[in-house]
Amino acid sequence: MKTFRLGGVHPSENKLSAASPIKQAELPKQAVFSTYQHIGAPAKPVVAKGDVVKVGTLLAEADGFVSAPVYSSVSGKVAKVDAIVDASGYRRPAIFVDVEGDEWDESIDRSQTLVKLSDRPDLTPQEIVAKIKAAGVVGMGGATFPCHVKLSPPPGTKAEYVIINAVECEPYLTADHRLMLEKPDEILVGVALIMKAVGVTKGFIGIENNKPDAIRLMTEKAAAYPEIEIVPLQVKYPQGGEKQLIQAVIGREVPAPPAIPIHVGAVVQNVGTAFAIYEAVMKNKPLVERVITVTGKSLQSPTNFLARIGTPMSTLIDACGGLPEDTGKVIGGGPMMGKALLNLDVPVCKGSSGLLIMNEKEARRGEEQPCIRCAKCVGACPMGLEPYLLATTSAFRNWEKAEQNNIVSCIECGSCQFTCPSNRQLLDNIRVGKSTVMGLIRARNAKK
Amino acid sequence: MNLILIAVIVLGIVGLVAAAVLYAASKKFAVYEDPRISQVAEVLPQANCGGCGYPGCSGFAGACVKAADNGSLEGYLCPVGGQAVMERVASILGMSVSASAPKVAVVRCNGTCENRPRIASFDGVRSCRVALMTGTGETACAFGCLGCGDCVNVCQFGAIRINPETGIAEVDEELCTACGACVKTCPRKIIELRPKGPKGRRMVVKCVNRDKGAVANKVCKASCIGCGKCVKTCPFEAITLSSNLAYIDPEKCKLCRKCEEACPKNAIQAVNFPPRKPKPAPETAAPAGRPQAETQTVSEAPRPAQTEGKENA
Repeated sequence: MKTFRLGGVHPSENKLSAASPIKQAELPKQAVFSTYQHIGAPAKPVVAKGDVVKVGTLLAEADGFVSAPVYSSVSGKVAKVDAIVDASGYRRPAIFVDVEGDEWDESIDRSQTLVKLSDRPDLTPQEIVAKIKAAGVVGMGGATFPCHVKLSPPPGTKAEYVIINAVECEPYLTADHRLMLEKPDEILVGVALIMKAVGVTKGFIGIENNKPDAIRLMTEKAAAYPEIEIVPLQVKYPQGGEKQLIQAVIGREVPAPPAIPIHVGAVVQNVGTAFAIYEAVMKNKPLVERVITVTGKSLQSPTNFLARIGTPMSTLIDACGGLPEDTGKVIGGGPMMGKALLNLDVPVCKGSSGLLIMNEKEARRGEEQPCIRCAKCVGACPMGLEPYLLATTSAFRNWEKAEQNNIVSCIECGSCQFTCPSNRQLLDNIRVGKSTVMGLIRARNAKK
Repeated sequence: MNLILIAVIVLGIVGLVAAAVLYAASKKFAVYEDPRISQVAEVLPQANCGGCGYPGCSGFAGACVKAADNGSLEGYLCPVGGQAVMERVASILGMSVSASAPKVAVVRCNGTCENRPRIASFDGVRSCRVALMTGTGETACAFGCLGCGDCVNVCQFGAIRINPETGIAEVDEELCTACGACVKTCPRKIIELRPKGPKGRRMVVKCVNRDKGAVANKVCKASCIGCGKCVKTCPFEAITLSSNLAYIDPEKCKLCRKCEEACPKNAIQAVNFPPRKPKPAPETAAPAGRPQAETQTVSEAPRPAQTEGKENA
């Protein structure tokens, strides 16, 4: 069974909601759309207070190439253009829409019929990318990198393989798993679209073998697509990291930054993104809803929701039986890479793959003790770095040494901190160091 | 005997050759260093705090000598040694320095536990930079003091501490040398170097919240909401309002304390003034709660604007 070479850890899987089918979440009373739902320049609002919008009306347009537009996921009236503390913890510009009814834009095809690639032989790669760009599709795994940028390889590079990330290595999360079980045909058309967009003839879908039902179903359905291969992978965190997945599936290693996956001929997209691409291109539907797992050990009924973007997290928690009394932390995303939320009014955004409610016992960090030089963090690092050293150099602000030791290669997966027997808060320090060093490098490049 | 003689001769020759090589090398590879650099470095405080912007005291000494060769010491100041040290540096270099006002680090946040309710608890590394990555930190204020003490760690003089009761940084004015290390470190740019002012008295807007008034008002009882009352009140046009935040220009401020009264949120604070009298009367007895000495200095300093301000109270 394939997997990546270096490091990795095995956190308990806790996939509590794996058997719960995707449920349509209720419409909120008010939906809030942050303009910062992607990496890159924030979107520019194009609506004003009092404007009437439908599902699929443009709220904010992309500002530059690395940016993505934001569409309304509800119908109603724009209440205000203001700011909200979003999942990042920062106050950001946002558009508030009071919901009235559920009216969709006429151009969106809401039928459930499957449109295959063979039904639309006229589509050119340029058209596909343009449609994806216009629909505001971003990486749905959580990184939220605008999708069309990845599908436009820079000059001098050539894509050879498309790899679909259906690993879902984060504990607790089951959104991608359920999506594969319920929408396999649509996903496969989405993969075919990506392959056509970048002009490759070989695609892989990497799935960890803790999802045997998904592997079975996808293999069965993929029989009709000889160019798409399902690759079962050995369970290991962080296999869903782009570089780890490339190594696991095609055995190539992405060099240190600034190299990106396309330099080894790979285009990686999340399985949720493939589905969004199918809807954007074949159904003319912008990215207005996504699957999100709401889970937690103390939660009454962990559920996978198909939620409109902009729905406040609190309404989803209420639909799962309300916030448990012993809640210690509410995390946006999974337990390994997610970020604790400061309030529950944070809206669902394009990158919200999960909402995890930790009880007080789980949420508590262990007491930090001195490093015992066991080097477990070195063994766990999937990038072959020395986390103890990086954490120390950043704590002592030795940015030069941090840079020499490739702090920018860190993918912030948290394996080092997870494995540390002394509960050292390695990742906290490494993150500070990484952002500082990246700032220094940017400043240096700007000077040149 | 012969053996000893040979040994002495051989060693003697080796010694002579080595001496000759060393002498030649010392002449050939000699690096000239201006003797004034070490002289200047001697009078510097040797705190190596980097507050002057140069790597340590010797670096600053080198920069001073270079500047003196170019004709002026303008803009060169050792924040630790202050005016006295700069005068000695100037005398070594045969220059003169103009007077500059002594400064002090000011923490522009009054978001105490009482004023600014905690909405979350942060259990990560006690570092402001780490806390900053979580968003607004333990409070809902996206601008205020995070209270993790990065400034405390960089202060070479033990002049800053986190008050355990208020949870925000506090500067000891006696110990502060205005080296500026805390100013550079604070990730939220709360600390500012301001002139100490006459008798250490100054007016400060104790807030850096640039959010809209309604938002700022909600997150902290002592926040500046950008209402502009102080701007209208100030008779000297010393206060400016930009992005919902008032700023008092220390050069223009005449310490009349009118803005302090005008501020509806008590965001403007008068520092080191004696406590106000309960009724408008010429100052006589010193009220309790403040050191006697300070009150006495007030009666000696009859600044017209200042007394006027006090009578208004």
